[in-house]
Amino acid sequence: MKKHLLSIDDVSADDVATLFETAAEMHDVQRRQVKKLPALRGRTVINLFFEDSTRTRSSFEIAGKWLSADTINITGKGSSASKGESLRDTVLTIAAMGVDALVMRHAASGSALQVSQWVDAAVINAGDGTHEHPSQALLDAYTLQRRFGTDGRLGSLEGRHVVLVGDLTHSRVFRSNVLCLTKLGAQVSVVAPPTLMPSGVEPWSKELGFATSYDLDEVLPTADAVMMLRVQRERMSGGYFPSAREYTVGYGLTRDRLATLGPDVPICHPGPMNRGLEIAADAADAAQSLVLDQVSAGLAVRMSILYHLLAGEGSTS
Amino acid sequence: MTDQILVKGASLLGAASSDLLISDGVIAEIGSVSAPQARVIEADGLVALPGLVDLHTHLREPGREDAETILTGSQAAAVGGFTAVLAMANTSPVTDTAEAAERVHDLGRTAGLVDVQPVGAVTRGLGGQELAELGLMARSRAGVKVFSDDGRCVADARVMRRALEYVKGFGGVVSQHAQDPDLAGATSCCHEGELSGRLGLPGWPGVAEEVIVARDVMLARHTGSRVHVAHASTAGTVEVLRWAKGLGIEVTAEVTPHHLLLTTDLLSGYDPTYKVNPPLRPQEDVEALRTALADGTIDAVATDHAPHARHDKEHAFVDAAFGMLGLETALPVVATVMVESGLLDWAGVARVMSANPARIAGLGQHGHDIAVGSPANLTLVDPAATVTVDRDDSVSLSRNNPWHGRTLGAAVHATLLRGVPTVLEGKLV
Amino acid sequence: MCAQPAPDQAPDDPSAAAAPPHRVVLDARDITRALTRISHEILERNKGAGDLVLLGIPSRGVPLARRIAARIKEVEGVDVPTGSLDVTMYRDDLRKHPARGPQPTAVPPGGIDDKTVVLVDDVLYSGRTVRAALDAMNDIGRPAVVRLAVLVDRGHRELPIRADHVGKNLPSARTERVMVRLADLDDVEGVWIAGSAPDTPDTPGAAGASGEAGTGATA
Repeated sequence: MKKHLLSIDDVSADDVATLFETAAEMHDVQRRQVKKLPALRGRTVINLFFEDSTRTRSSFEIAGKWLSADTINITGKGSSASKGESLRDTVLTIAAMGVDALVMRHAASGSALQVSQWVDAAVINAGDGTHEHPSQALLDAYTLQRRFGTDGRLGSLEGRHVVLVGDLTHSRVFRSNVLCLTKLGAQVSVVAPPTLMPSGVEPWSKELGFATSYDLDEVLPTADAVMMLRVQRERMSGGYFPSAREYTVGYGLTRDRLATLGPDVPICHPGPMNRGLEIAADAADAAQSLVLDQVSAGLAVRMSILYHLLAGEGSTS
Repeated sequence: MTDQILVKGASLLGAASSDLLISDGVIAEIGSVSAPQARVIEADGLVALPGLVDLHTHLREPGREDAETILTGSQAAAVGGFTAVLAMANTSPVTDTAEAAERVHDLGRTAGLVDVQPVGAVTRGLGGQELAELGLMARSRAGVKVFSDDGRCVADARVMRRALEYVKGFGGVVSQHAQDPDLAGATSCCHEGELSGRLGLPGWPGVAEEVIVARDVMLARHTGSRVHVAHASTAGTVEVLRWAKGLGIEVTAEVTPHHLLLTTDLLSGYDPTYKVNPPLRPQEDVEALRTALADGTIDAVATDHAPHARHDKEHAFVDAAFGMLGLETALPVVATVMVESGLLDWAGVARVMSANPARIAGLGQHGHDIAVGSPANLTLVDPAATVTVDRDDSVSLSRNNPWHGRTLGAAVHATLLRGVPTVLEGKLV
Repeated sequence: MCAQPAPDQAPDDPSAAAAPPHRVVLDARDITRALTRISHEILERNKGAGDLVLLGIPSRGVPLARRIAARIKEVEGVDVPTGSLDVTMYRDDLRKHPARGPQPTAVPPGGIDDKTVVLVDDVLYSGRTVRAALDAMNDIGRPAVVRLAVLVDRGHRELPIRADHVGKNLPSARTERVMVRLADLDDVEGVWIAGSAPDTPDTPGAAGASGEAGTGATA
């Protein structure tokens, strides 16, 4: 495994398998009375969040604590540029405290990669702008593999048709997921209105091997799993779509569309959900919804990530 | 004469070898010259060009003297073979008054290495709304001829129209930073295309430039005025220029060295060194720009030399400053891209880097043919040299050098400003 | 200084591992006899199979625990709850090696609280694995009694730990390697001892350490 987790490109399919095997063991720890393992005793993990986040930050925080790492949260709203301090100065100051890992969330794409070039600590990208969110993609894939497995064993995504729907242009979850799912052999379709398709997606989709569509109803009948992505209401002011109503009719997982899905087709959403916009309450709360499974899987996968990046040799800063 | 210089055996514009006798700051004799009293510059194997003229530099003084000063910028220009540079107006304070323009002009003359010609702002404070005192700047000691809000687009068509009309009164020209602000949002930081889609970087498409160029050539036709397109960066801009020139519209255009060679794929590592405005574009655009420069659709090469203090580049990519160094590497880049490929000969280089920019900017003392009686503004180039660029070798105060580590063909050997060497053997005198 | 092989790794080539210059210490029948004796000892010591839980330490402690349970069933007709207890996360030498994935911990449905837990492992060596196992057990419950059963005790303890039930005491030099192979995992079965071969230097993390699951250092 590489030193940092900045992008899904940093892990091989074998690495993902290793991470998931460990995550499965970590998942069991969540059911114990004493949810604590000593593996990262004496290690310091800083959650450096420049952007608001509740679920990812607390997920990494609990994951670190259950592995006995000293986990500290540092949050800073707004870009460091607006405070007159360069990003490099900000992170070097924090790294100088002697940290083993920086779990970083920042509004700017590429910032985690830049930071990894400046500090000795392992850098885990917890979301960089609209670029990537690798731990989210890993937990999504893990959740699906559990869902497709039997007797608590992980199943395979090979050949499964996974449909991602939503604001692809502004989604780091989409970018990490399309890399991760194709790496694991899934057949991926991404669906969005043309204004929310990433620029230049045609050559990219050809090279990576995923399909694009503007028509959700054309893609949905063959779906083995559906991932709904958050659509921010403020996108309307950018002219990306005219109204919430129109978006929902075209691209929402509505009650009607839920009815066309087989009962075994799992529904994922990275949260936070806009109920009524991209996902109807009936779909969010359906038996086939994995939304809460994703949260518990997130803990297990993040424990596994922290463990594999920090427990072994050469991971001391 | 007391101060004669004899340039021995230079190839004039890459053609026949000849000696040049310089006396009193002008070229006094060309041919096989014997001048025992003269100081000799051996130029065997070197190409003599008229001193280079840069339509587009940012010298940062006043305001950001930590990034560059008029002196250090002049030094970088001289090392790059330039004898005149136009200093953009987006300093702090903005060059939008006669006094501000004279100050830049005078600091340039004090440095004495290149003629620093201030560019005046089109609008007050670069605000895009009210015209700056264009006439007073033109009438000042600085004699401002070129006006630009560079860094920002004069986006308001009414303001652009009035500016174009107004500068006709004193033969001025508006140099437009063509970038529709509605199509290039506030956070846009790169070319919008496949790579920006993958990297999740907000970009702006080539059309944000092209719609402004198209509008402005129509405004130039309507007003009968002259418009200059700064740093053309797309194939679409080239098409519009070709069409407009075909109609006889008075439009000129420049291209930067970096847009002739560097492409958008350099952004894959999110290195802010490659963050520049206009952004690096795909290879198709680069090819179109090279062709346009060779066939005259684009008139000039201009550096858009944009020094930045290190900490202004050590932000996340979207937050980092736009711009890259260019003065010292411009000629080697043009030689590598245009001369080695046969797209331009050295006479062509003289045209796009000296004669045309001097004509566009109305600099009477620059851009002359190498002829008896011309001001002795000369650049001697070693066409056989290859240089691997090291950013720490720069005389600029800044290090945002996108050419670091690249090997380029040709090197500036000597620069003479009105017969006075400013650079010899590649080093400042 | 001693090789600490990954407890989860299967040998690259068991038959090659069994080839000379390795010396056979126990063959398959010896192992069966030893496990039978251990099973009887456990029952004797516990005065029957009541409240007994067997926890194998992965990898090879797990099948050993299952075999002991099977033997007890033959003797007493009782199904002894059997599980596995992974100690990877509790090791004190985690930082010396590339991070390894943990093995399953499976606690029998009745738990271990107030039970007599017999930890089962293949080789007892430094004692560090057992220490880690005691810590791991601490996080899943509170047994009334903990005992230790090992197939081989090769000596060289680094901690004050001893086994309650030993299949074979095997005096060895630190430079020697002890290899356990069980048919359940390895196709072959037996215990071998070998001097440190030139191609398998006796240093942590060296190439030779891999593929030697069951080497004496694990316990």
